[in-house]
Amino acid sequence: MNKTDVMNKADVMKKADVMKKAIYPILVGLLVVAAPFLMDAFRLNLLAKYLCFAIVALGIGLAWGQGGMLTLGQGVFFGLGGYSMAMYLKLQEGGLPDFMVWSGVEKLPALWTPFANPVFALATAILGPMLLATLLGLLVFRQRVRGAYFAILTQALAAALVILLVGQQGLTGGTNGMTNFYDLFAWDLAEDSTQRGLYFVVAVVLALLYLGARQLVRSRYGRLLVAVRDGEDRVRFLGYDPATVKTVTFAISAGMAGLAGALFVPVVGIISPALLGVVPSLELVVAVAVGGRYALAGAVLGAVVMGYAKTAFSEQFADGWLYLQGALFILVMTLAPKGIMGVIKRARTA
Amino acid sequence: MEAFVNQLPIGLSIGAVLLLIALGLTFTFGQMGVINMAHGEFIMAGAYTAFLLPGLFVPSLVVAFFVAGAMGLVLERLAIRHFYGRPLDTLLLTWGVSLVLQQLARDLFGAPNVQVKAPDWLAGGIGILPYNRLFIMGLAIASVVGVWLYLVRTKHGRRMRAVMQNRRLAATSGIDTGRVDMLTFFIGSGLAGIAGVALTLVGPVGPSLGTYYIVDAFLVVVAGGLGQLRGAVLAAAGLGLLNSYAEFWSDASLAKVIVFAAVIAFLQFRPQGLFTVRSRALS
Amino acid sequence: MLELRDIQVDFDGFKALGGVDLTVAEGELRFLIGPNGAGKTTLIDVITGLTRPTSGTVGFDGHDLVGRKEHHIVRLGVGRTFQTAVVFEELTVLENLDLAASFRKPLWSLMRQRKGVTEAVEEALSRTGLEELAERSAGVLSHGQRQWLEIGMLLAQRPRLLLLDEPVAGMSREERERTGELLTGIARDHTVIVVEHDMEFLRRYASQVTVLHEGKVLTEGSVDQVRADPRVQEVYLGRRASDAVGTGS
Ligand SMILES: Nc1ncnc2c1ncn2[C@@H]1O[C@H](COP(=O)(O)OP(=O)(O)O)[C@@H](O)[C@H]1O
Ligand SMILES: [Mg+2]
Repeated sequence: MNKTDVMNKADVMKKADVMKKAIYPILVGLLVVAAPFLMDAFRLNLLAKYLCFAIVALGIGLAWGQGGMLTLGQGVFFGLGGYSMAMYLKLQEGGLPDFMVWSGVEKLPALWTPFANPVFALATAILGPMLLATLLGLLVFRQRVRGAYFAILTQALAAALVILLVGQQGLTGGTNGMTNFYDLFAWDLAEDSTQRGLYFVVAVVLALLYLGARQLVRSRYGRLLVAVRDGEDRVRFLGYDPATVKTVTFAISAGMAGLAGALFVPVVGIISPALLGVVPSLELVVAVAVGGRYALAGAVLGAVVMGYAKTAFSEQFADGWLYLQGALFILVMTLAPKGIMGVIKRARTA
Repeated sequence: MEAFVNQLPIGLSIGAVLLLIALGLTFTFGQMGVINMAHGEFIMAGAYTAFLLPGLFVPSLVVAFFVAGAMGLVLERLAIRHFYGRPLDTLLLTWGVSLVLQQLARDLFGAPNVQVKAPDWLAGGIGILPYNRLFIMGLAIASVVGVWLYLVRTKHGRRMRAVMQNRRLAATSGIDTGRVDMLTFFIGSGLAGIAGVALTLVGPVGPSLGTYYIVDAFLVVVAGGLGQLRGAVLAAAGLGLLNSYAEFWSDASLAKVIVFAAVIAFLQFRPQGLFTVRSRALS
Repeated sequence: MLELRDIQVDFDGFKALGGVDLTVAEGELRFLIGPNGAGKTTLIDVITGLTRPTSGTVGFDGHDLVGRKEHHIVRLGVGRTFQTAVVFEELTVLENLDLAASFRKPLWSLMRQRKGVTEAVEEALSRTGLEELAERSAGVLSHGQRQWLEIGMLLAQRPRLLLLDEPVAGMSREERERTGELLTGIARDHTVIVVEHDMEFLRRYASQVTVLHEGKVLTEGSVDQVRADPRVQEVYLGRRASDAVGTGS
């Protein structure tokens, strides 16, 4: 067998695969386009919210599922994105933001001024998290701090950020965060049509990021990432620096979370510390585990499924949700560690 | 200067609480590679034990040890032991357990915080040293000495150290590692129960009590080095003091960020914590 | 090409290497032997940066390797295998080799899809005879095949110096023979150091041998010289030389 044989075989297999697998993307695409006609504005808004979480989950799937970095602090990056966007929206109204007036701030803090520029706000929402993740990644991964240690550190960062945001009342709106946004550019956020447009924006962003991430996973870099996950120390002897590979991946996942946060704010209309602390960060990791951490589609699926489950159950049983979430999670970890995608795959091959 | 001195007992007693919590974690983490997020809820269970035994403060320390220890034992037997070698999965699993336990506490005792009345003999203090904080420090020291004696003097303790250093070798030399794991988990969780009772001396008790301390306690483990008694003691004291001084001298809201930055900076010099065992295996 | 001077390694008071000198010339095939625990693996660890020596220097092509990171040393052209082969089980044989061959590419260019098979990978595939298994996942390989894959990955790296730690350990007779041939082929155009325990293998394929004992170089020379050395006969497994290094079975 020679080079061309190897290639041809792979090509043939790929074509058959593509035909069989094309059906799912088409189905999902149809559903996404049909959604605004199938549900009322309230439900559509919920879906848009879950899709924002799905973007964060995609990043977790990349970092954790592919790269083995269990990040328990994605809320931090989500929050940086969300707060950047919220600051821009607040400044659009003109005058001092309402919460500053309430907490007795008289002049707009210098930190806030550049956020009046939407380009700056959006760039900060994405690049800020990437920068922070790069810094943290370099400091931590170069020292070969990994696994559970890394998880603990990211969690500590999430905890620290929440306390900081709550404490800086005049800058951040404290515990209540920021809410009451009216316009995004020229559109009224309260209008159904604006929300429908936002839904499509979120869906398209998610789709593009998903395709990009999938491309990345299939590239040499993606193989390298899996190799780093399964044997970081061995990878060094292949001439690569795992710290770089991990840092880049962590930064990408942070950028995704930041962008998700920036989209979340106009969709949901609020950003507050409670949305980005230890618990919400962990909840998304749980969602990824439930969906199936080793497949990017599993991460997205998990975020949407868990989002719906949470809404449905807390509507009906209020506190029962916590029992259910805990129990569900224990069950998934024990019985189906590869999540829903794992179950589907097993059913298909059986 | 006076502020510096005043802050000292506060920092040291925070360190003492962290130490009580981290003692258990460092052994379950060091020996079994288990990250037990439900450890915080064992603290909470200890605190509610004190709440349920009003006026019986000292006995409640003992009862809390056994209550939390039993909870740990059940968790280890039912769930964790199936997850050895998968630390990250255990982390998520035990987080699920922790959610359930918190909700259970909410249903049993109500969501609002409750106050446990401290015994009269702990009121007052000598100079700037309140008795309650002094007591917590004493409790932590006693626990460390107890654990140390257990590790070096008893048969079970020696087995525990053997398993911690080399599980496979210990197993082949006839040690029942399953039993050792059970006992480690029991003692580690029991210490969390004692920490919970101690916490009732400095604040109210609520269903999410554990979540306030668990993150810092894990930082102690990271900074101290796995399964290292002296590392845990030094790291707990260091983080406790840093916490209290950072809070005092900067903004309270900045303290945790400062502590976090300090831990990251520390890891640049000691990536594996204060004390480590050298090994060359490709993990 | 490789020059070790007075290498000492101390593991918490235990001297694993007590002053080792070793010189290997370009193009040489050097065998490193010695009883279990002699420090052979530790020596390879020192050269490749996995273990930092307590003192001493490792000269390679005018560079001192001591204190450099593992991946830097690989980038200078020093590659190794492990005593128990470590390959990436989730990846296919081809992907394993391709990763090994790609480390000189900048990271961003790795983000593009792999197209086809590079020359280095193809050569590694054919030399190790793994062509048929190229698309299989490395996790299903037999013990011997894993060792070959590891050697293949080493070849795909195109290193200037190859360090193989017990490449035939645990192999069947036929597998050993194939590995021996593979090794002879590799040695034709590479500088190679092989750690080996197996005496028969040594007799058949070795020329230059260095004997390590208790962290020190006991003697050095051709296979016959070394076999004739009474000190070697004495230390080797505590058995009489005729059993251990002698006529073989
Ligand atoms: N990390 C370590 N800590 C303590 N001792 C070690 C370590 N690594 C190796 N050793 C010891 O160093 C000696 C040499 O080991 P090694 O180089 O593996 O020998 P060989 O490969 O020749 O069989 C052995 O006695 C081994 O137990
Ligand atoms: Mg060896």
